[in-house]
Amino acid sequence: MEISLKATASNQPPANSSREGVLAEPLAALLTRMKISRLNFFYSKKQALFDVNLEIAANRVTALIGPSGCGKSTLLRTMNRMYETLRNVRLEGEILLDNENLLALDVVQLRRRVGMVFQRPNPFPKSIFENVAFGLRINGYKGSLADSVEHSLKRAALWEEVKDQLHKSAYALSGGQQQRLCIARALAVDPEILLLDEPCSALDPVTTAKIEELMIELKKNYTIVIVTHNMQQAARVSDFTAFMLNGVCVEFNPTALLFTTPSDPRTESYITGRFG
Amino acid sequence: MRARLLWRKGLSWFMLSLTGFCALGSVLVLFFILGYLVVNGGRAINWAFFTQLPKPVGESGGGMANAIVGSGKLLLLASCIGVPIGFLGGVYLAEFGGRTFSFLVRYTTDLLNGVPSIVIGIFAYSLIVLPMKHFSALAGGFALGVMMIPITMRSTEEFLRAVPKPLREGAMALGASKWKTIQRVVIPAAFRGILTAVLLSLARVAGETAPLLFTAFGNRFWSDGWMHPIASLPVVVFTYAISPYDDWHRQAWAAGLVLLVLVLLTNVISRTVLSRGISVTRS
Repeated sequence: MEISLKATASNQPPANSSREGVLAEPLAALLTRMKISRLNFFYSKKQALFDVNLEIAANRVTALIGPSGCGKSTLLRTMNRMYETLRNVRLEGEILLDNENLLALDVVQLRRRVGMVFQRPNPFPKSIFENVAFGLRINGYKGSLADSVEHSLKRAALWEEVKDQLHKSAYALSGGQQQRLCIARALAVDPEILLLDEPCSALDPVTTAKIEELMIELKKNYTIVIVTHNMQQAARVSDFTAFMLNGVCVEFNPTALLFTTPSDPRTESYITGRFG
Repeated sequence: MRARLLWRKGLSWFMLSLTGFCALGSVLVLFFILGYLVVNGGRAINWAFFTQLPKPVGESGGGMANAIVGSGKLLLLASCIGVPIGFLGGVYLAEFGGRTFSFLVRYTTDLLNGVPSIVIGIFAYSLIVLPMKHFSALAGGFALGVMMIPITMRSTEEFLRAVPKPLREGAMALGASKWKTIQRVVIPAAFRGILTAVLLSLARVAGETAPLLFTAFGNRFWSDGWMHPIASLPVVVFTYAISPYDDWHRQAWAAGLVLLVLVLLTNVISRTVLSRGISVTRS
């Protein structure tokens, strides 16, 4: 325990996170949902993550930023073990989900607890209703499907737009609606954590704003981790931000701190647009 | 200089026309066959052709209801053998297969696809006809079924592979197991394509004669069950065509016409109604 604390020290926000008058909630004051320690990840021989340490605070939005190829999507995909669909990959280190070893959990159980929304909307070629009901059906949900679908669509702020066309194909929806449908689909199985992999990169600014509002609303009930290319987005929606570079987590701090007084010169160069 | 230009233009015109004629020729072959069948077989087609049994030698008239039903039975049996094996094998190749074994299976099925149909007939003959000591619908259906396996398998694999990866990931991320993902998302998305492929392979074996000659053999009467020799359209065309009777020749033409129309219809339906393959619109 001592060792792991020392190892994470460089990434951890200081106990008193208020610096130069910036108000930021310290991580230590919050409940930790997920704790990643000394994570190394390899695509066959190529190492993609180097000794990453990260804590995901409950009911907060944690953003992962960094240039393309820095490993932020890889890191996200370790959190629900989506990397296991790939061949020749290897993971070393520890990930705890509510103090349980995430790597030893049954993967089906894990993915119910840790939902994921992808970069491009990927609704199934089924009706709107069936898309949301899918996760419930495969998990043998006993209650009323209709109620649960309605509830999930309301949470994803899509219900009003689709309530009269639940049995239409999901492909009839616009891109932004499809993405909210994918969020509703993920919420339907009632996860604890929601992973968002650049959820707005294929969407226009108006729709992006809608999804961002939704994220702020959702964090009341869920813990959110978002990968984004868009630094303004990270600044707008997240409470904590991790800046990654070449597979290393360079800085992990409350968002308000990281964007105003970054503690690492590389973070500063990135957020001021000097590279990446 | 001018002569050279003329030569080049002339050559270009000539080659263009040549390729055009060849393309046209391939289209004409089909229409020529169809027209020839209609002219020669059209007259023999009447209600009795579809409802009656063949008349004894020497009497004119009669039909080949038994051969039409027989072909249907053989194809049903062939589908029962070829479709499940081909389909599930295709699912394995597309979704579960490793490198070496998949390569081996793929290579072997491609070889099987190239095995002459008469050889498949001999295979069914030695495997089923010899032990049973008589020809049977079972042996004929088995031979056709074996021919369906490689076509169904490879096209199932192709269509499953064409299902976009994000769809699979979407299902997996919701806690679906690999099989549930395949069953609930991947196969439904590729279903139309697979169905098309199955229909096309059915149309392909519907016209096979060689493997039936010494398996299903033929029958001038109704054939009960699966254990007796059974008539089929392609074999009837063959036996009637090499007979010395004019009436039988006409009926052979008619049977050929019916067979061709059935096969063409299956082709056209599966290509137009179902042809979009994956029922996923890609953005």
